[in-house]
Amino acid sequence: MEKRTIVAVLVFAIVAVFFFFSIFLIHPFGKPGQVNMDDHIIANTQNETGTNNGVTSVVFDYRGFDTLGEATILFSAVAGVLMIFRRVKQ
Amino acid sequence: MIEYIPFIAVVTMIFIGLYAVLFRRNLIKIVIGISIIESGVNLFLITLGYREGGVAPIFTSLPPGTTYPAGMVLPVPQALTLTSIVIGVAVLALMLSLVMHIYRKYGTLDVRKIRRLKE
Amino acid sequence: MSGMSKIVKTSVNILFPLTMIFGLYVIAHGHLTPGGGFQGGAIVASGCAMIVVAYGSKWVFKQIKEKRLSSFESIGGVGFITVALLGLVFSSVFFGNFLAGSNLLFGTTPATGSTGADFNTGGVLPLMNFAVGVKVIAGLFVIVLVMAYASSVKEWDT
Repeated sequence: MEKRTIVAVLVFAIVAVFFFFSIFLIHPFGKPGQVNMDDHIIANTQNETGTNNGVTSVVFDYRGFDTLGEATILFSAVAGVLMIFRRVKQ
Repeated sequence: MIEYIPFIAVVTMIFIGLYAVLFRRNLIKIVIGISIIESGVNLFLITLGYREGGVAPIFTSLPPGTTYPAGMVLPVPQALTLTSIVIGVAVLALMLSLVMHIYRKYGTLDVRKIRRLKE
Repeated sequence: MSGMSKIVKTSVNILFPLTMIFGLYVIAHGHLTPGGGFQGGAIVASGCAMIVVAYGSKWVFKQIKEKRLSSFESIGGVGFITVALLGLVFSSVFFGNFLAGSNLLFGTTPATGSTGADFNTGGVLPLMNFAVGVKVIAGLFVIVLVMAYASSVKEWDT
């Protein structure tokens, strides 16, 4: 066996053990623990942002900086693709 | 045990993707593995935000009888998943462009053969 | 890849306007129903990718240049940041929702609880949905178009 395969098997086994023990440390499915922030958003989204859609109010108003970073990533990905293929044309 | 089945599905998806990334030699298959890992992470976020019997947090013509702080799923994990999906599409496009460029330059997709620098 | 057969082209001619209408509906009603700028933009970009599949990327490249699409994407991004900066001017917070509850454009506050769909609500969110929709349409379409064209060209100038 070459060295790369041994390292890969080791990494795979370590991550497997870690994940299978961490499954049972999360809260059960359907009963989230800390819900104060989300309850506040659900209760106040119609008064504070005037929107019926809670997800859109989170995306564009409560967490607008996340969307700004995401738009930057999309922009840089398009710029990267155009830069990679810029010599192909004509 | 039954309430942990969605988390087990998440871990299984992440393992399938990790297997493809670590043990396959074809670059296209590695990209597919990264995409599967990302789907597992999205499923994990959605699973964390689910509340039992909840509806989507949208107030336009709710089903009658919905109590609304406690009868809706959490909106923040859904919004983060939305962000994550678009980032995934962008990263996938960039990875596939690089793979196309590598194939044109080296003539192969095997990661063992493109390790050395050419010219 | 050149164009496909006449059956495919006719089907795409029928389906493309319906896809555009559905995607623009999802963008415009992003603050009332499930959906928004990203999802509607992805739907419209899928319709444009259908055009690329049916007619071939060379034909599409003759109709529209990728520089124009790239500038459309920049317009979307600049519009998004401009709305955010207007929030800094009018409500002293970056990304502040200065139109909500002001009875101007999109300024009505809906009643609490289950309401009907009033289009004139939401503050700056419909404007941001529109800007992000334009950005996502142009971005995804230019990615699909450039990759399809590059995979159809025989020789690259590397």
